[in-house]
Amino acid sequence: MTSPLEQKKIKIAGPSVVTANRTWDGIVVYRTAAKSWSADLSEAAIVRNSDEAKALLAESVADDVGAIGPYIAPVQVGADGKVEPGNLREQIRRTGVTIGQPVQV
Amino acid sequence: MYAYDEIDRTLVNERVSEFRDQVKRRLSGELTEDEFKILRLQNGVYLQLHAYMFRVAIPYGTLASNQLRALAHVARKYDRGYGHFTTRQNIQFNWIKLAELPDALADLAEVGIHAMQTSGNNMRNVTSDQWAGVAPGEIEDPRIWSELIRQHTTLHPEFSFLPRKFKIAITASDHDRAAIKIHDIGLKLIKNEKGETGFEVLVGGGLGRTPFIGKTIKHFVHGRDILSYIEAILRVYNQYGRRDNIYKARIKILVHELGIEKFSREVEEEWQQIRNSSLQIDDEVVEDIRSRFTYPAYEKLPHMPDELRQAAADPDFEAWRKNSVAPHKVQGYSIVTISLKPIGAPPGDATAEQMDALADLADKYSFGEIRVGHEQNLALPHVAKRDLPALWKALDKLGLATPNVNLITDIIACPGLDYCSLANARSIPIAQELTRRFANHELANLIGRLHINISGCINACGHHHVGHIGILGVEKNGEEVYQITIGGRADESAALGNLIGPGVKFDEVADVVEDIVEAYLALRERPEELFMDTVKRLGVEPFKERVYATR
Ligand code: HEM
Ligand code: SF4
Repeated sequence: MTSPLEQKKIKIAGPSVVTANRTWDGIVVYRTAAKSWSADLSEAAIVRNSDEAKALLAESVADDVGAIGPYIAPVQVGADGKVEPGNLREQIRRTGVTIGQPVQV
Repeated sequence: MYAYDEIDRTLVNERVSEFRDQVKRRLSGELTEDEFKILRLQNGVYLQLHAYMFRVAIPYGTLASNQLRALAHVARKYDRGYGHFTTRQNIQFNWIKLAELPDALADLAEVGIHAMQTSGNNMRNVTSDQWAGVAPGEIEDPRIWSELIRQHTTLHPEFSFLPRKFKIAITASDHDRAAIKIHDIGLKLIKNEKGETGFEVLVGGGLGRTPFIGKTIKHFVHGRDILSYIEAILRVYNQYGRRDNIYKARIKILVHELGIEKFSREVEEEWQQIRNSSLQIDDEVVEDIRSRFTYPAYEKLPHMPDELRQAAADPDFEAWRKNSVAPHKVQGYSIVTISLKPIGAPPGDATAEQMDALADLADKYSFGEIRVGHEQNLALPHVAKRDLPALWKALDKLGLATPNVNLITDIIACPGLDYCSLANARSIPIAQELTRRFANHELANLIGRLHINISGCINACGHHHVGHIGILGVEKNGEEVYQITIGGRADESAALGNLIGPGVKFDEVADVVEDIVEAYLALRERPEELFMDTVKRLGVEPFKERVYATR
């Protein structure tokens, strides 16, 4: 997964969200339509073209105290409206490491 | 062990208060992330996929038992109950909260541990041989010089904003356990004809996107001149290093582009100007540092105690002893490597319970001292041979006696896509699967010394270029693909591996490694011919044929 940190141009191929890490504790968060952050992907604002994406990203970047390193990430939206991460990297960010941790939490 | 003086303690404590204030200002919005990033990086705080990551320095790989307990405490109180030992004598915590970091740092400061210069474009933690001070035949304890360089470079303004990160490693043994040839500067302690201590200086090693093996820039630099010589190298680097292009900013690129002759002429010129300055080190300074390293009061013990003779009848003990126990410079003692590579587990991870228990074992059996090596294993440096059987039993109970040190399952792997925001592909699950494939100890022993190194992207934190078998994760059309090299090595004969062919998919990697190993077993001339020797004798071709014939 080419790191989105190298994301230069904003070009989206399908439904996308803006994701980042919450500033005070670092957990994965998604930008919501209510201009806030949520740890729940199902609450994320979905954008479908690059203008929308640009606007959502700009608004997210401006909220620098809330979360850091925002970028646009692909999602898949099922027929039932269920939102899933669009690639392995985002899947891992959402569900955690794929390896089992030495100490279960 | 090394005892910090008042200056060090004050420095570490001041740093904690400073960082506490910076975090407070960040959380209140007074500092933006852009402003804060460089500050957090100077304190070892990265952002990974799921959380912040906190990297703590273990200077020259030496830990006291109370320091290991403090690391266990941080793992338990501020993280998820474990830590990850890395290839540069650091430990990383993967789940730390920014708001709690100042407290974690303060707890560590109480035992003299800090995270200064564990990230950012500065002089990083100076690393050394994890057997320093106890390896037979060593010129002298390389940690004395590591500490001297640490003191000189810590928070040194000239080295705090370099074109890129800068890493120094030091060894004092012929067998290089510190991988000095893949560091920006590698130092090998030697004696000249007059019996004076000095260094062979290597420069320009490094892996990453453009890997290079370090080259000797000077065959002998007297100990008293080592700071001025390093400073001269850094000045030339500071002056010419490519600040405009992150991919070309490491010193290895400069050395390569200028050529080692021109580069060394530049350094020489610079050096002549500063050599006789205050950078020249008085003997007293070295002696003062030397006196702060304490060594155990060793007993006079037999070479072969009864306890060891009796335990030798137990094949499980013997299997562990053969791979984990190494000769010590003092008769009757051994150096014991503790494998952090249990079958099926992430390489280099240790739980808080294991760290605490190991600290107790170090108190009981190793004069309270623990070492951290670049292979992501730990060591107890002063174990009386008579205690080996008891120590083994205790380690086994903790899951720390896997008898695989230096074998195929002793894998070095970076965090990869499970943790790292720069990753292209996962590393740890590949390592886990490989350890399961070669879990049979007889098989692993039959194969003999074989190092597998895995990185999840071209930054090469897992040193894949210098693995006997190197595995690099890349991304192709949204899928994880792995490129496999053979023939690399990280020791005194350091070499970069050669690609065996097109990349293979996640599910195929373990099969391919099995094929390579089967080919080796069939091709080797005798059981003592190590994998490396067979690759050297025959090249990549026969392995390539074997791997791709059926794929
Ligand atoms: C997950 C957080 C990490 C990040 C973001 C990270 C980032 C990087 C980057 C960007 C480089 C390349 C620097 C350059 O060539 O200029 C690098 C190199 C390196 N990293 Fe990491 N790293 C991480 C974890 C680790 C770990 C866990 C280890 C040890 C197991 C490690 C050991 C190294 C080493 C030894 C190099 C030097 C390779 C060379 O000589 O170029 N890093 N790291
Ligand atoms: S090699 Fe790449 S994936 Fe692995 S830790 Fe380093 S930066 Fe991350």
